[in-house]
Amino acid sequence: MASIPTKAGSHAHDHGHDDHSYLHPKGGFIATIWDWASTVDHKKIGMMYLVAVLFMFFLGGVAALAVRLELMEPTRVIENQATKTVQVTGQLFNTNPGSIAEGNVIYNRVFTLHGLIMVFLVIVPSIPASLGNFLLPLMLGAKDVAFPKLNLLSWYIYLFGSLMAVSSALAGGVDTGWTFYTPYSTMTDEGHWRVVMMIGSAFILGFSSILTGLNFVVTVHKLRAPGMGWFDMPLFVWGIYGTAIIQVLATPVIGITLLLLIFERLFHIGIFDPRIGGDPVLFQHFFWFYSHPVVYVMILPGMAIMSELIAVHARKKVFGYRAVAFSSLAIAGISFVVWGHHMFTSEGELAATIFSALTYLVAIPSAVKVFNWIATLYGGSIKLNTTMLYALGFLFLFSIGGLTGLFLGSLSTDLHLHDTYFVVAHFHYVMMGSTIIAFMGGIHHWWPKMTGKMFNELWGSIGFWLVFIGFNVTFFPQFIMGSHGMPRRYASYIDEFTIYHVISTYGSWILLAGFIVHLFNFVHSLVAGAKAPPNPWGALTLEWTDAASPPITHNFHHEPIVTHGPYDYDDVVPPQTKPGEFPLPPPLPAGSAKH
Amino acid sequence: MSTLPADKDLASLQGLSYAETYHAAEHFRDRDHEFDAVKMGVWLFLSTEILLFSGLFVFYAVMRMLYPEAFIHGSSLLDWRWGLINTVVLLLSSFTVAAAVRDAQLGRQFWLKVNIALTFLFGLAFLAIKFVFEYYPKWQEGKLPGMFYSYPNWESPYEPLWWGLYWGATGVHASHVIIGMGLFAWLYIRAQKGHFGPRHYNAVEGVGLYWHIVDIVWIFLFPMLYLIH
Ligand code: HEM
Ligand SMILES: [Cu+2]
Repeated sequence: MASIPTKAGSHAHDHGHDDHSYLHPKGGFIATIWDWASTVDHKKIGMMYLVAVLFMFFLGGVAALAVRLELMEPTRVIENQATKTVQVTGQLFNTNPGSIAEGNVIYNRVFTLHGLIMVFLVIVPSIPASLGNFLLPLMLGAKDVAFPKLNLLSWYIYLFGSLMAVSSALAGGVDTGWTFYTPYSTMTDEGHWRVVMMIGSAFILGFSSILTGLNFVVTVHKLRAPGMGWFDMPLFVWGIYGTAIIQVLATPVIGITLLLLIFERLFHIGIFDPRIGGDPVLFQHFFWFYSHPVVYVMILPGMAIMSELIAVHARKKVFGYRAVAFSSLAIAGISFVVWGHHMFTSEGELAATIFSALTYLVAIPSAVKVFNWIATLYGGSIKLNTTMLYALGFLFLFSIGGLTGLFLGSLSTDLHLHDTYFVVAHFHYVMMGSTIIAFMGGIHHWWPKMTGKMFNELWGSIGFWLVFIGFNVTFFPQFIMGSHGMPRRYASYIDEFTIYHVISTYGSWILLAGFIVHLFNFVHSLVAGAKAPPNPWGALTLEWTDAASPPITHNFHHEPIVTHGPYDYDDVVPPQTKPGEFPLPPPLPAGSAKH
Repeated sequence: MSTLPADKDLASLQGLSYAETYHAAEHFRDRDHEFDAVKMGVWLFLSTEILLFSGLFVFYAVMRMLYPEAFIHGSSLLDWRWGLINTVVLLLSSFTVAAAVRDAQLGRQFWLKVNIALTFLFGLAFLAIKFVFEYYPKWQEGKLPGMFYSYPNWESPYEPLWWGLYWGATGVHASHVIIGMGLFAWLYIRAQKGHFGPRHYNAVEGVGLYWHIVDIVWIFLFPMLYLIH
């Protein structure tokens, strides 16, 4: 075989690569657009996802603000006996002054749109597809993900699925709720294609999710740099790895379920239709068999970010690295056997009891993480910058979200709380209060790396406080009204609940203000921000120690060789920082234990 | 990737084929590294296929448990002989696809193309039998899913449901056969360009594994649908 030319040796010296940052434009405007549209560079794909996800977050946010505005005032029908006229008050979406029915249907469509966008187009892809794509190869010391073309394909599938969902919304929207429960999803809007289109878009987005997950699993297994064992990986990678496994294993099941749902709607095959013996509850089982694991697809990446933020900005070795790493896998595993807790009111008593018991198991690895983060903070040199504020915000909000999950996981309380605003508040505390908060923290943390620019810390913290306060003002009252019996998914309510709804709506405006501040801060940073050094936080993971800000197209000039752990702040002066900028901690007094 | 043209030039200079000089995509250390990664990716993808069909089988199990009479009578209206013939067709295709992988590994370019083409044709035969002798007559007789059901000689009121599952399951399977045929067409074109050889047969092997899964699913579907008594 000696005659066969190989490129052995090409790795010691990376020939002919351009040393420009990946953001460096390739030629003119059109050429640059084409360069991005056809790129297989994981960093560019990650950035495109980031922009798309944030745009979808904006769309979903507009729908959310509309929902809150509608709920500002209860709907009242005033019949005037003298003039024989009917007047409707307090309805935002009223198109027919004589009736509340149409307005209610529009309300249903708006909250459904909000839920669908936020779940399928924002949270599920958010952290893995944007930050995960950008960071995974960098953190592992690889040049790219295992299958770069597949990565581009999943981006276009995402784009296509999103366009489908948005056009279905523009065509009038759907009245099914984000959960697509039958018979809503099989019988509402009969004769229209938009419901099929919406379900179809969720089906298609599933492919994107599977391909991304598959790509990441193989990347983690096969593309770690020399010297990086499993327990030398940053915890971010562990979290994304757990997420990717769930994506690969759970999504096919929703795939077949949604496919059968489409058949049911188009061809009336009957499996979910009790008129011919089908079972609507069967749909719920299948839906939650996917969608419960998927709530961990939403939270695990947030937890993944948390481990990095806390360790870096407290300059401490993560307490119990292995516990945090394995708890990701434990969460991934347990998440497959608890789906029945969404159906306590529709399944049998024995099943409900078993699912309730299993549900409590999930709390254990979740709590392991929380306690480990707190222990990591203990004795650290904590810098209260925007990023750390977001990390602390996560700890606070996730604790509330997780603990209220326990109220819902216990049968006797859930019978009372099911389908009330208590559930709405619970899942917003975990999805928005935890995942989106962690996402925001992560964007700030890696912003200098991704864009090469620093952002303004003061405005960042102001944005944080607005978001944090706005979030709590919006959602905490929902726990109270939910426990008092306010049901979810109604456009109107009895007077008793008015005060909570009004507070909640005010909160949503504070939230809006917070995100606007962040938006301006980001734009300002892009336009006028100071140039970012390669390692502004003094971190020890490869994306900071071995890559430029922003990284070059091929990530590293030389394949990195890992010589220290990701969190060895006690022993290693962070590379690529100015001398003395991040000094080692003073040696411990003799005789004191080092953990 | 960016190095492929150079590979090709070298290859034509030395009279070597693309497959013989293929190194690996840039982010892999070498060909073995890439080979392992691709193999793992393919297996992960196949596990998603298995899970997808497992979901289908669970639907089947639940419904059959609820309405055994409907399933038994419905099944008796299927002609097991066509099912058996199609099982044989798919088993033969499994054999040819395995042979194609072997041919690629040994660099037998001619037989590689023959076996890919044969597998494609077996897939086509499967679909032809399915459509001409099964789907079409059933359509005519009104043995249709759910609401479209109009076959007069039913014994259980739940037979429309059985037909819903029959069409749903075989339809999802048939769509996999069609996708597989598309993949074989693609393989054939690449084989003609000499893309495969002992050093480079990932794609043939991956598609082959996919086809085996399609086959195995049918091996489950056949008794589940045709042979219930
Ligand atoms: C500490 C662990 C958790 C427990 C014990 C828990 C428990 C529950 C239970 C029992 C319900 C059903 C309530 C009902 O419908 O009556 C529920 C709903 C929900 N949970 Fe959690 N949960 C936990 C964490 C999370 C996380 C981390 C997320 C997402 C990031 C999440 C997202 C949701 C969503 C989206 C719903 C409502 C879905 C709907 O009906 O629309 N949960 N949770
Ligand atoms: Cu759940």
